[in-house]
Amino acid sequence: MIRFERVSKRYPNGREALSELSFEVADGEMLFLTGRSGAGKSTVLKLIALLERPTRGVVSVNGVNTATLPARRVPLFRRGLGVVFQDHRLLMDRPVFDNVALPLIVADVSFKEIDRRVRAALDQVGLLGKERAVPLELSVGEQQRVGIARAVVSKPPLLIADEPTGNLDATLAAEVMGLFQRFNEVGVTVMIATHDLPLVRESGLREITLAAGSIDAAELPPMAALR
Amino acid sequence: MAGRISNWGARHGHALVSTTGHLMRHGMATTLTVLAISLALALPLALNVVVRNVRGAGGSFADAIGLSVYLKPGTSEQRARALAAAARARADVASVTLITATQGLAQLRAQSGIGAALDTLPDNPLPTVLEVRPTASAAVPQRLDALRSQLAGAPEVESVQLDRDWAVRFDAIVELVRRLLWISALLLAAGAVAVIGNTIRLEIQSRGAQIEVTRLVGGSNAFVRRPFLYAGVLYGLAAGLAAWIIVALAGSALAGQAERLAAAYGGSFVLRGPSATELGTALGAGAVLGWLGAAIAAGRQLSRISPRSR
Repeated sequence: MIRFERVSKRYPNGREALSELSFEVADGEMLFLTGRSGAGKSTVLKLIALLERPTRGVVSVNGVNTATLPARRVPLFRRGLGVVFQDHRLLMDRPVFDNVALPLIVADVSFKEIDRRVRAALDQVGLLGKERAVPLELSVGEQQRVGIARAVVSKPPLLIADEPTGNLDATLAAEVMGLFQRFNEVGVTVMIATHDLPLVRESGLREITLAAGSIDAAELPPMAALR
Repeated sequence: MAGRISNWGARHGHALVSTTGHLMRHGMATTLTVLAISLALALPLALNVVVRNVRGAGGSFADAIGLSVYLKPGTSEQRARALAAAARARADVASVTLITATQGLAQLRAQSGIGAALDTLPDNPLPTVLEVRPTASAAVPQRLDALRSQLAGAPEVESVQLDRDWAVRFDAIVELVRRLLWISALLLAAGAVAVIGNTIRLEIQSRGAQIEVTRLVGGSNAFVRRPFLYAGVLYGLAAGLAAWIIVALAGSALAGQAERLAAAYGGSFVLRGPSATELGTALGAGAVLGWLGAAIAAGRQLSRISPRSR
């Protein structure tokens, strides 16, 4: 699903965020991306979502080489993945329904279909009945779940999440993680960047640990042997 | 396929409705923007109305223009009638009045009160005259000159008199106003584009978060731009309508005075306000300028928040 081949990323300010990073994620896999702040986790996710392009190396997602994808195909490419942010990035002045419907609206899905699929996505995250609420009326955990509903409403084969539990307490974090696991069970590839290590260890899933823009050799993935 | 087209139509309808709603919710800001653009459109529209009215008035002045064609002494009345008929047949001539030497003498006797003096003359000294009036469209300097030289070409014609100074001046003034109209229209059109462009730029900046999220979930540039282009066109259409109303109100406020002025000069003149065609032009110009301003602003702003390439 995701393949990084000797990927380096240098930002215009000269900082090298990734150097010669290589890894692969299989279809239907669920895994974690860990490491300290500044280790390159966000950069990896940005390269996958094509918010950035690599300076060197090849990033391929779902069989598409992102380096050679023309700009006009980028929107279509992005419809094939769902993104969840720590700060959920909801449109605060729009009701929940509009927020979740956005990926379908941009993809020219019919209104009838939008209605059906938004309800289905809200049902999956346990927020059916909150369509008309605005995000500010919801709790932090609920807002994050709206963000997740928006990421999965178009049924993308790949879901990436940047610190999705960063603002949540342990109970809410476990709840959100349970949601991701359920999507993974129906075949969605899930990649979660986090520094919530207890949560990672508890899940027993594969972990890619970054340090200074490469795979941290000192810290072997502890649970990899179990898989 | 039909489904896709109807979806496409629904999307555009959705963008139009949501943009209209957005503009209505920000009534004060929208009103000020529309007012600024409408003033920029109103001035050229007003000048156009002025030029059109002055041209119309000029057409009625053409009645006062005449060429006096003096025939050589001894030209027979029959020959004079033939010349008058030939002149009358021309496309640029409205009417020809033949005044024979005898008629001329009779007129002079009746009007001048020098009848006794005229009686002492052995012969009638007056020539036969053709009073030629050009059509309204021919009452412009170049065509009058052509008409004059062609009339003077006949062998029986002694001379042709034409007072064309006023026609030249009048034409020059109308031409000056018309050029002023074009220059002001160009400058003010640029002003309208700038006002709309700036409004849309601020709008895009204030909706930066929304645009970013829209792009992230796969919204194309066209999708992101669409509501802003609609906003630009709506601003332009509203401003075109407002400009037309402003000029119509100004025209009706001036109509009475213009008629009094014309009456004082012994003419009859009706000020014609902006026409339906001019409403169409104002709306069209507004829409095009609005679209242009929005497209320029959206192009610049959106390229700034595109994903960086290598």
